[in-house]
Amino acid sequence: MRIPLIQALEAVGTYVLLLRRTFTGLLHWRLYWQLWTQEFLIIGRDSIFLVAIIAFFVGAVTTVQTAYQLVSPFIPKSTIGAIVSTSSILELAPTITSLVLAGRVGSNIASQIGSMRVSEQIDALEVMGINSATYLILPKLLAGLVAFPVLVIYSCVISHVGGIVAGAFTGAVNPTQFGIGARSFFEDFQVVFMLIKAVTFGFIIITVSSYHGYYVRGGALEVGASSTKAVVVSSLMILIADYVLAQLLL
Amino acid sequence: MSDLRIEHIRKRFGKQEVLKGISFTFDPARVNMIIGPSGCGKSVLLKCMVGLIEPDSGEIYYGSINFRKATPEQRREILKNLGMLFQSSALFDSMSVGENVAFPMRIFTKSTESEIRDRVAYCLERVGLPGIEDKYPAQLSGGMKRRVGLARAIVLNPRYLFCDEPNSGLDPLTARRIDELIQQLTEDFHTTTIVVTHDMRSVQILGDKILFIYDGEAVWRGSRKELQETPLDEFPAQLRGFLQASGLYA
Repeated sequence: MRIPLIQALEAVGTYVLLLRRTFTGLLHWRLYWQLWTQEFLIIGRDSIFLVAIIAFFVGAVTTVQTAYQLVSPFIPKSTIGAIVSTSSILELAPTITSLVLAGRVGSNIASQIGSMRVSEQIDALEVMGINSATYLILPKLLAGLVAFPVLVIYSCVISHVGGIVAGAFTGAVNPTQFGIGARSFFEDFQVVFMLIKAVTFGFIIITVSSYHGYYVRGGALEVGASSTKAVVVSSLMILIADYVLAQLLL
Repeated sequence: MSDLRIEHIRKRFGKQEVLKGISFTFDPARVNMIIGPSGCGKSVLLKCMVGLIEPDSGEIYYGSINFRKATPEQRREILKNLGMLFQSSALFDSMSVGENVAFPMRIFTKSTESEIRDRVAYCLERVGLPGIEDKYPAQLSGGMKRRVGLARAIVLNPRYLFCDEPNSGLDPLTARRIDELIQQLTEDFHTTTIVVTHDMRSVQILGDKILFIYDGEAVWRGSRKELQETPLDEFPAQLRGFLQASGLYA
């Protein structure tokens, strides 16, 4: 029991030290700007289609299932819009999107950095006097902190579209009623909460995945294993952070 | 007096002592070879010398500067004057050959694009690969990657050139070409070259000064001439088997 606990504490310590190293030893801003742009495209642009598909169906399914549960004639149809909208903003858009991105972006980051580690590319950076943690992780982190909120807002919008389409298609709720419901329970803070979640989850995915890639030892097999571990740990951390944020901020 | 020397380098991984107090003075502007059987600690010693592994004790001097106690600025200055060819070449997969070779210039110099282009073309020509700037590492053979790695290592005209098993995994002809290239570049650029290898044929071609390591200890040091002229029974016992197996002695 003691050894796994020590290992976990060591891992947390190494993770914190890696984060500290990530923010030191910057070289030229021009170089990081180029890297940031590349990473933003990989994290942001390349995820748009996947996020859209998932958000649309999450919104659609939530609408159909909410309508199925609200069978009482005393409950106005607009309640479906209110529930779907609030669920999308507070939970579905940030959490489901981040869990999907943990798989897509997180595994990509862990395997990319891991491959660089086992093929001595990280050593090559260090021998050139470059802080490899800053060079490899910081642009990803900064790109993620911008891309994740954008993707989550986008996911939220598409999820609403999915809800409206499904409501109209099944006859559960028409677009006007959906819109009335969505507006009636809307508060500005819900969007702030969604963005706080997006930034937090983005930070978790990028840093946890980078950590697992950066400290991989061995060969291709270990790179694959670290990629899987990065996704699992990121997803778990997202769910824990989701609960903590809800408890603290709502 | 050489400007590169190591004193009493010790390194332990867990219970295993990999380096047991190795001292050596490297000849300037010559090829210095660190040889020994696999697992004897020669690559660990090389990595200690370039700062990739922190030794437990001992000193590494570049000129009058103690590398282990150097300030960040001194360390950066040393690394700027240091080129390294990795066993796996360690080319950056995401960059073209031209970008790979240009990378140290972009980090350390304020050269213009045309200066960088000219220097990259010159270095690639020196390693016998003119006009391949636009190719990617995945499109190159093992020998070509090694030569591009050498081009990247010499692009800043380094004072010290470190080569970790430069011809391992290559066919004999390509291996000899790499050896000749290292010899040629050492003479032309007046670099203090340190080559780690277990290939005795390389030693016969390159070894101006030789350090033989066995089980983490320096057991023999001398010149190529001394190596060739010394009768087998005058070598330390650990070295005899290795020399016999290498075909140097019948």
